[in-house]
Amino acid sequence: MTKSKSSTSGGKVSFEDSLKRLEEIVQKLEEGELSLDESLKLFEEGIEISRACTKKLSDAEKKVEKLIKIGQQFKTEKFETEEEE
Amino acid sequence: MEAEIYTVSEITKKIKDILEGSIPKIWVEGEISNYTLHSSGHRYFSLKDENSQIRCVFWRFRSNSLRFEPEDGMKVIALGNITVYQRGGQYQLDVILLHPAGIGKLELEFQRLKEKLTQEGLFDEEHKLPLPEFPETIGVVTSPTGAAIRDIIKIIHRRFPSVRIILNPVKVQGKGAAEEIAQAIEEFNQYKEVDLLIVGRGGGSLEDLWAFNEEIVARAIYNSKIPIISAVGHEIDFTIADFVADLRAPTPSSAAELAVKDRTVLLKEISSYSRKLLTIQSNLIKYSKQRVNALVESYGLRRPMDFVIQRSQRTDELLKTLIKSIKNSFEFRKKSLSLVLGKLNALSPLAVFERGFSLTRKLPELMVIKDASMLEVDDLVEVKFLKGKIESKVKKIEEN
Repeated sequence: MTKSKSSTSGGKVSFEDSLKRLEEIVQKLEEGELSLDESLKLFEEGIEISRACTKKLSDAEKKVEKLIKIGQQFKTEKFETEEEE
Repeated sequence: MEAEIYTVSEITKKIKDILEGSIPKIWVEGEISNYTLHSSGHRYFSLKDENSQIRCVFWRFRSNSLRFEPEDGMKVIALGNITVYQRGGQYQLDVILLHPAGIGKLELEFQRLKEKLTQEGLFDEEHKLPLPEFPETIGVVTSPTGAAIRDIIKIIHRRFPSVRIILNPVKVQGKGAAEEIAQAIEEFNQYKEVDLLIVGRGGGSLEDLWAFNEEIVARAIYNSKIPIISAVGHEIDFTIADFVADLRAPTPSSAAELAVKDRTVLLKEISSYSRKLLTIQSNLIKYSKQRVNALVESYGLRRPMDFVIQRSQRTDELLKTLIKSIKNSFEFRKKSLSLVLGKLNALSPLAVFERGFSLTRKLPELMVIKDASMLEVDDLVEVKFLKGKIESKVKKIEEN
């Protein structure tokens, strides 16, 4: 519908969920009641998530945007702060 | 005389109805006298000026709104209802709020609105939304030119740079500011793509901050489905917006700090997780290896091996025995051979020579002579002994 709809809310896993999953994996592994196969799988997943999280935290800063309403629709455009004195 | 006669109670009741029904909630300014804090916790006093006085009661259950301790001679402003105490036949001011005199109209308005919205439940804790732990997009409602937006951007970028920031620029003071702020909050709610809102401005006078004390802003914050952090003025400034917001930040900078976690802390947390993962994993592998080794060493697995070892040892033994027996049989044959050789030796003609016999052969044909008649006189013969031989000539022959 609206052309400005981006994909922020859909599909991809949020940072919060990733971190929760990582916590869960560590906990499961610490309990140590898994088969070697299962724990290897979890280990790999855990390492992958921790890499992804670290990457997310190191991502470059996003440009600041400005919300603009045109009729019933929204769009955003780049916003530059005006440095005063 | 048809004059109507009231009982005291009837007329008192009538006065009560008239008074309480016709005078709305009012602010009254005066000086406190005859102040008593009763052991019940209720406060009784009078407010007076040069010409009049009015009795006042301030119930204990309202006393948490009291920000100072009243005393005789103090000039105050009281908000309350006129009520009639029927038993004493007195009218009095049932005080709801009490402030030292000298505060301005704005403050009174602030108190009035705060009181009203409290009653309506706009500040109720149950209505407050939890803030997202890791907002991906943050909407900001503030002035595009103020220090507030710059501080917010700077801090969010420092702490969690990948967060998307969207500003909905508004006027934060002056005519129409409150309406713009309220509308900006509503617009973000229609836009839907933000996880958290920061609504506020930098410090200023009570008048400068006033937009955030307006009912329209309070209602917009209350109606927002997106959690809101209020960030108005300095530490000491409390606005109506702060009371309605899901979280009050003392300043715009601290709103940014409350909104996003610090990535250095998070990075530490994550690396401690991955360290844990590695430790657990290497322990697990070590443990599994030990288990495998233990199994390899176990009796169950050793048995088949043992079987093989035992058999091969037996094979060696048998081989040894075989070799030995072959050797033995060879020795035996050797012995019996020498025995036969001995016997052969006994039969040898040489052995006969040893016993003193000799062999006589006729020369030159070396014909063995077994009978004297085979010779004639003058024949040459060779006689062989054990050692040596001779040649001789036949001289005489005796046949017999």
